[in-house]
This record gives sequence, structure tokens and C-alpha cells, in this order.
Amino acid sequence: MGPGANGQAPIVVVRDVHKSFGDVHALAGVSLEIERGTVLGLLGPNGAGKTTLVRVLTTLLDPDDGSATVAGYDVRRERTRVRPLIGLAGQSAAIDDTLTGRENLEMVANLYHMGRALAASRAGELLARFDLLEAADRAARTYSGGMRRRLDLAASLVADPEVLFLDEPTTGLDPQARLELWTVIRELVATGTTVLLTTQYLEEADQLADEIVVIDHGRIIAQGTAADLKARSGGEHLTVRVSDLAALEQVREVLEAEGDGPPTVDDATGTVSVAVSNGPARLAGVVRRLDEAAVAIADIGLRQPTLDEVFLSLTGHRAEGEPAGTLTGAG
Amino acid sequence: MVVSMEALRVEARYAPGDILQLWKRNMLAYRRQPDLLVFSTIQPVMFVLLFAYVFGGAIQTGPVDYIDFLLPGILAQSVLFGSTQTGVGLAVDVTSGMIDRYRTLPMARSAVVAGRILADTTRNVFVVGLMLGVGFLIGFRYHGTVAGAIAMPFVAVLFGQTFCWISAAIGTSVRRAETAQVASFVWLFPLVFVSSVFVPVETMPDWLKVVAENSPVTHTVNAMRGLALGTDFWEPLLKALGWMAGIMAVFVPLAVWRYRSIQ
Ligand SMILES: Nc1ncnc2c1ncn2[C@@H]1O[C@H](COP(=O)(O)OP(=O)(O)OP(=O)(O)O)[C@@H](O)[C@H]1O
Ligand SMILES: [Mg+2]
Repeated sequence: MGPGANGQAPIVVVRDVHKSFGDVHALAGVSLEIERGTVLGLLGPNGAGKTTLVRVLTTLLDPDDGSATVAGYDVRRERTRVRPLIGLAGQSAAIDDTLTGRENLEMVANLYHMGRALAASRAGELLARFDLLEAADRAARTYSGGMRRRLDLAASLVADPEVLFLDEPTTGLDPQARLELWTVIRELVATGTTVLLTTQYLEEADQLADEIVVIDHGRIIAQGTAADLKARSGGEHLTVRVSDLAALEQVREVLEAEGDGPPTVDDATGTVSVAVSNGPARLAGVVRRLDEAAVAIADIGLRQPTLDEVFLSLTGHRAEGEPAGTLTGAG
Repeated sequence: MVVSMEALRVEARYAPGDILQLWKRNMLAYRRQPDLLVFSTIQPVMFVLLFAYVFGGAIQTGPVDYIDFLLPGILAQSVLFGSTQTGVGLAVDVTSGMIDRYRTLPMARSAVVAGRILADTTRNVFVVGLMLGVGFLIGFRYHGTVAGAIAMPFVAVLFGQTFCWISAAIGTSVRRAETAQVASFVWLFPLVFVSSVFVPVETMPDWLKVVAENSPVTHTVNAMRGLALGTDFWEPLLKALGWMAGIMAVFVPLAVWRYRSIQ
């Protein structure tokens, strides 16, 4: 547990944590550290073990083996010390549908033993901050998905936690709501909160995290900044979509010549994709060549690698479970 | 699961206040869920009316009016059926993720189950009062002492509270609302009907009579009848209290253990 980059001990330390459910090794020896005031993005496909790790760190689940500390306290032996320091917004919103938004927050505040007056003012403050004042006195069952997420996040912030755990906070949100939530998370980090965030989207981790840990089948398969990971998965991708499938082979040849590796061809969608460095210059080259060859382009663009592509390059196999898809297509 | 001194200190210090918070939350939920309110009030009242008027004429209860015989029984039946809501409510909290929220808070562990049972017991007080009122309207009368009249509904509420712990153990084990509901009624129905709730046990075939005579429901209902009618009540009351103590001794630790093992 040596001092971190900023001279302080890491606020979260995970040492070789194992957790099995029957035959499933949800966590098969995970070790990581989070520096105070930073955001760690835990990236992985369905079933990777993200939620399991979050549950171990938030005292909900005892590890079979290994240890974990939050602010120096053991999550297993000193859970009563850990709990006042953490906040959790789980994968599904943990709010009481029959209570109003305000009652939900006041109840949580009371269970932190804040005292009635402070509980009421804290609830009001959070409702305002999360743009829920108008709906504050309505039963939470009438809230939209995005409002529930915001209320859940507000509940996790009631006691100003030092470490905030967000388990897929933007899954199921529309792009607008997702951007708003990102802003809120950035504001929290700016005030010194440490965040562990799980996600299935490289872009989300890229946007928010100082460091990204990629897990699969309960093991860490890569660790680094977003730039590191993208570089390891061949950086940017140039993708061309054609409306006439007969032209696919021509496009493949062009991308093979312009790209940094073998292109991947998707017959179903009529797209060809290849990793490129110095994307904008290559984009111009590809457009020119295809134009000369009189290939009609339906769509062309540069994009960051998806989780699927990161996985493919890191592990040699595709991410299992749901297709990782694109950020806007999630639900 | 490690139980530390620290955890016990948290428990002792915060349990009363936290139980009250959870009680408040559950009471609000009851008030706002009309279906629950209907289930817990209209249904028992309907039972009183149906049994009094539909079966009343057919069931022989000797010198005692059927409504005087019926009401203590139906109070016990109502609190027993009502106790299933404890397990259902806890199962809903597990599936909705609410329990996860509670378990990450620095609150007393016991408060979730105890607050739920306190709320269900409060509801039982209300239901029992309402049924007594309806009973009076259709002819129920006390024939015993004032103390007996006060003790009778109290025994019913205590009995209901006891069964809430069984229900809590079921709810925290099966962890699904529908399953908790079915898993409770499967044994509650025979338990209630094979007893002196609706009919004198003397009318049952011998083999069933043996079961009915030794049922905690029969002891409790007979004690309540004794208290209400001014007849002998000590023996069934002591047996009923013995049953309740036994049930609590098994199911309180069981419910707590099942709750703690939710992961
Ligand atoms: N309580 C449990 N009982 C049995 N198996 C479990 C339990 N919790 C998790 N698992 C299994 O452990 C593995 C890891 O699950 P986990 O929920 O941690 O994945 P995840 O990365 O959060 O996935 P997702 O993106 O779908 O939320 C999965 O195979 C899952 O089926
Ligand atoms: Mg998960």
C-alpha cells in the first residue's frame, strides 16, 4: 500500500480478490488501487464481474479470498467504518416507488442519522441540484427512467461520500440524459470525490475516467489511460458503408491499402472498417480513391474503437453477452 | 459475515430510531397503495359478513350466538393472513434493490425487518379495531370482564406479530414477492381452517380433531373466546403464549439469519 502519485495512500485498495458463485468465478483474483480524487473506470462486457466487485467494495458481498480496503478500513471486518464514507448508485435504481423523491432522500438522510433539520435541507439541496424540485413531492413510481437514475444518484450523495460507486450509471438513459449525468459526475470529481464507475462503453470511460481497468471473466486484462487502450487496440477506426454490396470488395482493397491492418468486412450492414493512424489524412485519401473508382458511399467516418474492438485486440475473442454496440444504441 | 463489537455498538445505538424510520416508510407505503389497504381491510370485513350471514345459520355453536363465536376466530384469521404481507414486503425490497441501499447505510441491521413488522403490527391494530366495530354493528357483544374485553384484541395482535416473523423468514429466503405470497398461503390455509376459527372442532372427524385441538390457532382463538365470552381462558391462553414464545424462539433468529445472508 505505497503512497500514490500525489504522495497519499490510495483511497481504495483491492488485493487479489476472489469471489465465486458455484462454478462461476465472478472475480478470479482482482487487484487495483484508486488514488484519492480520481475516477477509475471499470470496463467490461456483461458478466465480467463489474457489479460483483462493486458489491464487495460497498460491503454488500464478502469476498471468498483476498482483501479490500476503503480509506484504510477493511470492507469486511470494518464495514461499519466503511459505510459512512461511501455512496452507491447500483445498476438498478434503489429507490422506494411509493415514497416521493423528497421522502426518499429524507429517509436516507435520517438513516445516516443527520438530524431532522439537516436531513430536510440536504434533501432540498439535492433535489434542486438534480433538477427534481418540480417532481419532488410526487411518488417516485411516476418518474421517468432518467429521473429515477438522478434520484438514485442523489440518494447516494446524501452524506457527501468520499468514495462514490456508480454501477453502469448511464445504461438505459437517452443521449441527452447521459450527457447531463456526465456533467454531474465531473462536478463531483471537481469537488474532490473519488469515483469508481463501471461501464460497458469505452467512450464513457474515456470521457470520465483518469484510469481504465478492463475486466473479463473476473480478471483484469488491461489497465491504463483511455489513450493507452485505444493505442493498444489499433487506435481510431475508419469505417465505410456502401449501399451496393457488390462494391464491398473494392472498398476492402482500398482500406487495406490505406489502413494499418487487415480490414474487417461486415456483409450484413455493408460496412468495411480498418484501424488507422493519422485518421483525417487517411480519410481524405480514401474518399479520393473511392471517388476515382466510382464507388457510391452511403456513410464514411472516423470513430473510436468500440469495447468489442478493444476486446478483440486485447483478448483475441469478442466480448460475450450483448453486443457492445454503439453508445447511442444502448438500452 | 463477521460480527464485530463495532457492529453491535451501531445496533444498540441506532436501532430504535432506525426502526422508527422504516416503520414510517412502510406506513406511508400502506397509505399510498390502495390495493394493499383494500386487501388488509375490506377482505377481513367481508369475511365477517359472509360467515356471519351465509354460514351463521348452518353452524351450531350451542348456547353461544354464532357472531359471538365467530368474531374472535375471524380476528385471528385476519391477522394470520395479514402476516403474509411481511414476507411479501421484504421480498419486494430485495428484488427492487432497496435492501442493497439499506445495507450500504450506517444504519442498524435489525431495523429493516423490525420496522416492517412494526408497521404490519400497526396495520393489524387498525384492522382488528375495524372488525370489532363491524362486529358490534351486526350484533357481536362482550360477555366477560372489562379486562377480558381489552385483552382479547391484544392477543390477536400479538398472535399476528408472531406469525410476521415466520413470514419474514420466508420472504428473506425466497426473495420474490409472488413466491412469498404463495409460500405463505400454502400452509396458512390448512392451519386456519383446521382449527376452531370457524367451527367447533368437535364437528371434525377424529383424526382431524387431533390436529385441530393442538393447533396454536385453536389455542389462541379459544383463549380469545374465553376472554370475550367470560368463560374459561387460562389454559388455552397459556398454551397459546407457549406456542408464540416457541415460534418466536425459532423464527426471530431464522429471519435475522436469512436477512443477513442476503448478498
Ligand atoms: N448472486 C449471484 N449468484 C450467482 N451468480 C452470480 C451472482 N451474482 C453474479 N453472478 C455471476 O457472476 C458473474 C459476474 O456477474 P456481475 O454481475 O459481476 O457481472 P457484470 O460485469 O456486472 O455484468 P453486467 O454488465 O451484465 O452488469 C456472472 O456470470 C453472473 O452470472
Ligand atoms: Mg453489473
